[in-house]
Amino acid sequence: MHRKIEVSQAYGPVVEGEALVSEEGFSPRYDLDRWTGVITKPGHKLEGKSIVDKVCFFPTAKGGIAAGWAFYDIKWKKIAPKAFIFGVTNPVMVQGAIFAGIPITAGWSPQPRGVVKTGDLVRVDPARKTIEVLR
Amino acid sequence: MELTSEERAILAGERGEAERRALEYQVEVGRFWGAKRFVPVTSVHMMGDIEVMGDGGLGWLKETADRGARCRVATTTNARCVDFVHCERLGQDAGEVAKERELIATLKRMDVVTTDTCINYQTVYQPHLGEHVAWGDTGTVIYANSVFGARSNFESGPAALAAALTGRTPEYGFHLDQHRRGTFSVRLDARLEDLADWGAVGKLVGESHQDYFAVPVFHGFHRAPTADELKHLGAALASYGSMGMFHFVGVTPEAPSSLPAEKMLVGEKEIDSVYAGYSLGDGDGRLVVFSGPQQSLLEMKRLAGLFQGRKVQGSCFVTTNGAVLAQSRDLGYAQTLEQAGVTILQGVCFYILQNLSLMRERNRWTNMVSNSAKIVNIIGAHRFNTILRRTADCVEIACTGKLK
Repeated sequence: MHRKIEVSQAYGPVVEGEALVSEEGFSPRYDLDRWTGVITKPGHKLEGKSIVDKVCFFPTAKGGIAAGWAFYDIKWKKIAPKAFIFGVTNPVMVQGAIFAGIPITAGWSPQPRGVVKTGDLVRVDPARKTIEVLR
Repeated sequence: MELTSEERAILAGERGEAERRALEYQVEVGRFWGAKRFVPVTSVHMMGDIEVMGDGGLGWLKETADRGARCRVATTTNARCVDFVHCERLGQDAGEVAKERELIATLKRMDVVTTDTCINYQTVYQPHLGEHVAWGDTGTVIYANSVFGARSNFESGPAALAAALTGRTPEYGFHLDQHRRGTFSVRLDARLEDLADWGAVGKLVGESHQDYFAVPVFHGFHRAPTADELKHLGAALASYGSMGMFHFVGVTPEAPSSLPAEKMLVGEKEIDSVYAGYSLGDGDGRLVVFSGPQQSLLEMKRLAGLFQGRKVQGSCFVTTNGAVLAQSRDLGYAQTLEQAGVTILQGVCFYILQNLSLMRERNRWTNMVSNSAKIVNIIGAHRFNTILRRTADCVEIACTGKLK
């Protein structure tokens, strides 16, 4: 079965990587340990999971202006994800990802649930505004 | 995007490499959001400190300054991560403190005014209705859009600095009329007598509508809210809901005359449920924080009144900016707080303090109690158990060390 998600906004080069699918939103300030790339906020649905080199699916963006610098910081520390895939996002996530050169997309159809699960290999093609599940 | 001849000249490098790179970056951001053009901005407020930027960010900033970057519009800075008076006692890392000084010097080279405040809208610059600005911290943006009727998106540090260098920002989001309309209404049927209650409203409304483009319309409140109340409401909406704007019927300049269809009610029961929702952990009340946003002069006055003649048992921190602190000293509020054992930090916000996780471990802090719903939300990555309490309750907890 060919599994594909279309996105409405996208930036960056084509990347492939392992999916990390979250049912909870994300902020690199509130949720992430920015020295290890592990989500450390107590009670976060991905608590204890690493975002390093993953294609991260988050339904929403939370809070924070600081993501702008934080994404550059984690990229510089080599603990950045391969891409951020948001359901709804905010300008900070986009400004931050573009500044850091991390692919980012927003708006998805259909929703990832039932299409992609954590551990799947996915290909993000921002120019074509698609995400394909490879296996 | 449609570019003016001036913008094309900037992209051709006629104003130097720093400005060319800044505009090139802004074009990418504008494209993502479908912006048709740029709008000129009059004021920039940016976040930039070593805790959030890291060595990579500082390196980038120095390179940008070396390329001759200079601000084209008045540019101020948000709260930062080091208080140079208290850093040693707080156990902040000397190396990072030195980098913070270097970072500040670099910003000054680019003609940035280092106000180090997240309440610029109360103390530095109040934009007028329709004025386009490029601000960050989220609390400053939601206040500008909602209370002043100015126009800003959340501008992260790099985006705000780019706006400072080019004097413009891509026209999307809250710069456009279509995104400034209310999308759901919230009837306020509660007393809301304490600032923490306003943060609780922001938590209830924000958590249930997490969307940058959701714009709540508050109505039905029995009196006019104060600036500090709107500040706590906005900060919490932005923090829990990632929201950039709200309306308040009879209060804010762009509030609609008819309410949107989706309706929500916040009454006493809902507010009570917020306070009841926090786990008290091990019951330790040795850390109480009044921060996020920094305290206004009137908040300092109220705290001084509550702490008068009392004694803090564990640790209690208040953060504010240089202007408010200077005036608090003139008026005696700062002395009253310090006599009670409160530590007043200047130019910082508690949750972004450099070395906070280590500070927590060294002091064996488990809980953090605050009257700010925002800081209760955002300090989680440092592994505090956080509890929202009303201002007077926070003072009581600080002076007994016990959390009930």
